[in-house]
Amino acid sequence: MDRRDFLKHLGWVISSGGILGGLSADAWAKMLNKTYDTTKHYYGMGIDIDKCIGCGRCMQACKTENAVPAVPYYFRTWVERYVIKTDRTVSVNTLNSDEPGDVLVEKDVLRSFFVPKLCNQCDHPPCVQVCPVGATFKTDDGVILVDSKRCIGCRYCIQACPYGARYLNPETRVADKCTFCYHRLVKGLLPVCVEVCPKQARVFGDMKSIASPLGRFTRMNKIHVLKPSLNTDPKVYYANLDGEVN
Amino acid sequence: MKDFFKKLPEQAVRVAVVFLVFVAVVFVIRQFIIPPEMKEPALQQASSMEREVAKEIQYAGAQICEQCHEKEPQIKKIGYHRDLSCESCHGAAQKHVENPTEVKPTSPKKRDYCAYCHKYNSSRPTGFPQINPDTHNPRKPCITCHNPHNPKPPTTPRSCAACHAQIERAKAASYHALIACSVCHTAPEKHKTSPRTVIPTKPDKREFCGKCHDKGSPRKGAPTVDMAAHGEKYVCWQCHYPHTLGGI
Repeated sequence: MDRRDFLKHLGWVISSGGILGGLSADAWAKMLNKTYDTTKHYYGMGIDIDKCIGCGRCMQACKTENAVPAVPYYFRTWVERYVIKTDRTVSVNTLNSDEPGDVLVEKDVLRSFFVPKLCNQCDHPPCVQVCPVGATFKTDDGVILVDSKRCIGCRYCIQACPYGARYLNPETRVADKCTFCYHRLVKGLLPVCVEVCPKQARVFGDMKSIASPLGRFTRMNKIHVLKPSLNTDPKVYYANLDGEVN
Repeated sequence: MKDFFKKLPEQAVRVAVVFLVFVAVVFVIRQFIIPPEMKEPALQQASSMEREVAKEIQYAGAQICEQCHEKEPQIKKIGYHRDLSCESCHGAAQKHVENPTEVKPTSPKKRDYCAYCHKYNSSRPTGFPQINPDTHNPRKPCITCHNPHNPKPPTTPRSCAACHAQIERAKAASYHALIACSVCHTAPEKHKTSPRTVIPTKPDKREFCGKCHDKGSPRKGAPTVDMAAHGEKYVCWQCHYPHTLGGI
């Protein structure tokens, strides 16, 4: 290498160093820490009714994780017990998170099972449509979130949700609902209800990845969603769902 | 220009000053005091997502437990509780992960905790191990007999009766007491893990019952009928329930 080439190269090195050094600290952090990209994911949940044992661990864990008021009636996820009697009457009651259900008179019961429910994270969410201040919105990864600073607590969304998935938090006085534990997803963890489910009745996955557990779940089972006639396109998929469930 | 200002009545100037001050105040409020995310929905959503992401996690996830605890996860991997996350029983443990010496996770030792899953409830799927806490060794903590990390029953279950106890009890009092379940039913191995989707067989031919109950069968002591004339097209168990006393 002669002196002329050396100086040429030196010029390149110095100018590129200047450009890199000129990047702000923020831009550096973004370049180095590209761990989570919202556009690369699209989340959904699968629930196998035949596996749910109605232990209520999901309800309890959800309350702990998301600081949901501990008193009954405020739930981000809940488990309903369906009892269909021989005279075809259907009764539904929500499990209290502190109390397992009691024993039924068996000869009157035709079918009985548990149905875990949560926000269906609809693709066409009615709650987003009705919010007068734009506080609730859909993220790129398909989760419906509520901006607690923007929400005025008018309860339109609670009325509009066909699945009854929202409630007014008595402490913050704003609407609250399941977020698929969004703060856990970005860290690569599972939603807490999926984490603690002892029977793996809940399956969580990314619909943009073929290898995700949800992909397998939807291939291996016949899938049903709640209230399909409303065209909300729920992203919570049920396997072995009974026709009486709505 | 100077003349123009001089010509203006003083009141008009004052009004103009007030007006200009008002415009300036509104401009400052809009431009500097109102945060940008209140004006731009995309920014508002981004800041809302940031706040959502910044929330603290409580449950650390099962993978992290194995980094320090070696023994228990190894035992658990081979047992019936293999799919159970540590925190399903031990509770939220993120604080314990951050400060392992001072914060300890809970460890439920009372009977009522196991009962959340294992108390008999007719809505639970058949095949899931359930007991009646009032009759199953009352007041004795579950962990005296069962290791929660590898919860084998202390005695091997009589395979079918472990889940189908009601049928087993009825059959024990019936004429079929000495006939094993496997004589009439073939249960695929997978039936034990997914009891509702993989179902055992039932006798699907009349001739099966006819082996003992047909007129002129070699079996002594069993009531017999003329299979050719009795019951036509029906399979026997559509009318006769084979597990109950005497049958009907």
